[in-house]
Amino acid sequence: MKNIKVLGPGCKRCVATAEMVQSQADRLGVPVSIEKVTDYAAIAGYGIASTPGIVIDGKVVHAGGLPKAEDLARWLAAA
Amino acid sequence: MTASTLASPPPNQALRSAKLAAATVLGIVVWFAIYWQLEAFSNWAVAMLPITHGGHLDEALSFFIFDTPKVLMLLALVVFSMGVVRSFFSPERTRTFLAGKREGLGNVAAAGLGIFTPFCSCSAVPLFVGFVSAGVPLGVTFSFLIASPMINEVALGLLFALVGWKVALTYLIFGLAVAISAGWVIGRLHLESWLEQWVLDVRSGSVDLPADHRTISDRIHAGIEAVRDIFGRVWVWIIVGIAAGAFIHGYVPAEMLTGIMGGAHWWSVPAAVLIGIPIYSNAAGIIPVVEALLGKGAALGTVLAFMMAVTALSAPETIILRKVLTLRLIAVFIGVVAAGIIAVGFLFNALFA
Repeated sequence: MKNIKVLGPGCKRCVATAEMVQSQADRLGVPVSIEKVTDYAAIAGYGIASTPGIVIDGKVVHAGGLPKAEDLARWLAAA
Repeated sequence: MTASTLASPPPNQALRSAKLAAATVLGIVVWFAIYWQLEAFSNWAVAMLPITHGGHLDEALSFFIFDTPKVLMLLALVVFSMGVVRSFFSPERTRTFLAGKREGLGNVAAAGLGIFTPFCSCSAVPLFVGFVSAGVPLGVTFSFLIASPMINEVALGLLFALVGWKVALTYLIFGLAVAISAGWVIGRLHLESWLEQWVLDVRSGSVDLPADHRTISDRIHAGIEAVRDIFGRVWVWIIVGIAAGAFIHGYVPAEMLTGIMGGAHWWSVPAAVLIGIPIYSNAAGIIPVVEALLGKGAALGTVLAFMMAVTALSAPETIILRKVLTLRLIAVFIGVVAAGIIAVGFLFNALFA
């Protein structure tokens, strides 16, 4: 089970990002638990300065804008 | 999977990149071909309309029918190019560059990077906190925050295309001057204690993002993505802006505008700034209005001050920033920036009177 956090204050793109992660995980058959982190202090604590950000198993893999589907697939498949 | 297999490109990528690059060049050629025919087409379209020609309505409609496709096309080209350029920058890298920079030079660097670093207003708070907690001085952070919405590619590109390069260059230089000096003043005032307490408590780690190896086709895609994104968000503002511009162009008597905004009264600049602060519009929406105002004889300094106030200071942005700034700090922020903009307006009206 991969623990995935989507960092973002709840704007449209953060919601879209969380949906993308879920659909890619479903497609690849990777079990995930997705958590949305909306608290600004917590977001800043991950060291990113732009949202939405994606954290997979504690590691920041993306910050700023929608991720690309193929990148998401790569991150989910890796490790 | 190891790091090296993560980074290696798929085998057919070179071919795909070449095709995409060729398609991009072709697209730009087609763009220019259509653009040169726009005026002829819009004249024809207006002549076809069943209205009295030569009247107010005719003037307004001509402006609207010619300007709408013109602005949308220019916007697409400018946003695409800047989307490609911006793929070389990120807020995280800008922050690393600015962290620990001294005030003064740091303000200059921050204002300059504000032009190129992509960030949307919903990212304003994470960006602010991320900068401050990583050791970017408060004043330097403000220089970035002021420059970024005020002097962006949309504003500069459209000013350049619609009003001329002199005005665009002027706007760039004085916009930077406002961002640099306002940030410097805020830094000198040492208002760190006026931040919300939780902001001071955040200690952010540094982050090492993997996705930094971008190919040419990635960058072209970034440009296309930028166009899609900006158009999705601002097309309504643009149409409203052009309609307002068309109304001014067709119906507002030149004498009246020259009287109010023509530079004869000292109060016209502060009034333009006061009106501009609560108005929120993307730069793309305000420029057709700027074009129409200048066409009717409004003074350049007054119009530029109005545009800077609309883009740099807005009610929604300050509401977002309220999460990190105390009301006192917001008041200082608005006051300092407004003062800088008013000074620019006066200077211009004096120089180009």
